[in-house]
Amino acid sequence: MLWESIKLALRSVRRNVLRSFLTLLGIVIGVAAVIALVTIGSGANQKISSDIAKLGSNMLMVRPGVQGPGPPGGSDARSFNERDIEALRSGVSDVRAIAPSSSKQANVVFDATSTDASITGADEAFFVAQDWSFIQGGAFNESDVRAASNVCVVGTTIVSTLLPNLEPIGQTIRVGEMPCTVVGVLGSKGQSAFGSDQDNLVVMPLRTFQRRIAGNTRIASIAVSANSPAAVKTAQDQITEVLRETRHIGENDPDDFSVRDLTQIAATMSSTTTIMTGLLGAVAAVSLLVGGIGIMNIMLVSVTERTREIGIRLAIGALASQVLTQFLVEAVVLCLLGGALGVALGLGLAGLASSLLDIPFAPDMKVLALAFGFSGLIGLVFGFFPARNAARLDPIEALRHE
Amino acid sequence: MISLRNVTRTYGEGDAQVKALAGLNLDIELGQFVAIMGASGSGKSTAMNILGCLDTASSGTYSFNGVDITALTRDSRALLRRNYLGFVFQGFNLLARTTALENVELPLVYRGLSRSERHAKARLALEAVGLGDREEHRPGELSGGQQQRVAIARAIVSDPLILLADEPTGNLDSERSHDIMRLLRKLNRERGITVIMVTHEADMAEYADRIIRFADGKIAEDRQKVAA
Repeated sequence: MLWESIKLALRSVRRNVLRSFLTLLGIVIGVAAVIALVTIGSGANQKISSDIAKLGSNMLMVRPGVQGPGPPGGSDARSFNERDIEALRSGVSDVRAIAPSSSKQANVVFDATSTDASITGADEAFFVAQDWSFIQGGAFNESDVRAASNVCVVGTTIVSTLLPNLEPIGQTIRVGEMPCTVVGVLGSKGQSAFGSDQDNLVVMPLRTFQRRIAGNTRIASIAVSANSPAAVKTAQDQITEVLRETRHIGENDPDDFSVRDLTQIAATMSSTTTIMTGLLGAVAAVSLLVGGIGIMNIMLVSVTERTREIGIRLAIGALASQVLTQFLVEAVVLCLLGGALGVALGLGLAGLASSLLDIPFAPDMKVLALAFGFSGLIGLVFGFFPARNAARLDPIEALRHE
Repeated sequence: MISLRNVTRTYGEGDAQVKALAGLNLDIELGQFVAIMGASGSGKSTAMNILGCLDTASSGTYSFNGVDITALTRDSRALLRRNYLGFVFQGFNLLARTTALENVELPLVYRGLSRSERHAKARLALEAVGLGDREEHRPGELSGGQQQRVAIARAIVSDPLILLADEPTGNLDSERSHDIMRLLRKLNRERGITVIMVTHEADMAEYADRIIRFADGKIAEDRQKVAA
């Protein structure tokens, strides 16, 4: 009986292809919007978390001055020095690496080719803290750092621009005015969350950088990598305490540095996209509601048009419940068709958007099933009133209907 | 045997009240071929609707093979129609855009028969009305007489006890009308189906064994013919 009703429903959809399609448009657009938004939203979230993960795991960023999110600024803020680093190394526990660094944009030259790159002065802890891997060679060692040797590690962009088709290890490139020997090539990290090329960099020992590139002994930032996600909070408190002491900040004075938890920034950014997705999803839900009203309208028309048919069915022995089922099934089938079209359209849009925005295409089976099921539910809810009208018809009246 | 006792049927309220049946007493033996005649407004259609369990009496009793079915629920009346009654209408009332075979098997769908059983029974019914070669035709592709035959096939496909025909020849020319009447009489004679038919054409009524004339919601004349 149910199968008969489904066949009947499909037949009546086929009879009025254009009308059925126009009726379904509301559902199609609603479902497509939900699917597209949720899929793009979760793709964006994945992108943000993977970008943050590339910066290093369980990372705390310590910077001079009090800053909001975004790239570092404020050169007037008091930078860190060797004493601060020493104090942190002895006073903060449960961390993998404490990596002071400073950086500056400078010109890098090899032979007749030159390029601008981010030059970073750091010690070997930098590579640990920021989870850098090496595809060739390795990091400079402690003695290079102490002796301020003229050695450097380069990113893949430097290799491809300045040293194509060459064995990079052992080559001497000129950074600013200083020649230095390449000892390692870093694995690629791609674009950062802010859109800059993370592989366009040259890393050299901190002291070398201070003397030959920056011309001062400032330390612009300290990356601290905790041993576990749980240790991040403790480390944050310890860093604040130690730095307030070494930097002689009075009890009632505010910090003149900031300790930022990158995971927290990631969570904030994710929750922003989640809120956006939720809001747009609510708009899509309104579209589904409008679509449902469209379904109800067309089902009412259909019941009126087919009053005689209903009369015939009742006369030859159809129960009211069977007529009710027939029209309910028809509304549900109609809506499920709309849902299926909407899912297809939504995935198509999300796929297009993710290739344009360069975010991962992340369809969620749960959301697809939910949207599809919800469109069926709309059919059930908005199809009920017209179907009940059909089932309540008086067979004699219905047979007389023209 | 079916019998109506003191059946009344009123429509409307108060001053606008119309009495369609005013104390009708009617007994019909199973196996009879009965024609009901009468002017419009005489109550014959109302009587047919009550006999066909499409409508209920305002007062009085209706018993079917000795069972009182006066106060059945809507669904019980539907089941009674499904299992014991067949209907033929003046306007054929076939489903358009649906083949003859599908029209005929419709009552069997509600009986829950399988597709193959339905097809087999519907084919037999179409053959019985002489349309075995038209099963894939839609109503629009058939003549009026052929459409009425499809409707008759639909009425008899579930082997009903009683076939109720409301002006079955009202939309047909004389030749086709006689064809349809011969078919109804044949079904009555060969299958023992009780036929109750409303008509206003005297020559069509002559096919019946018994002619009942209605006037003012009551039986005015009840003529039993000697079996032919």
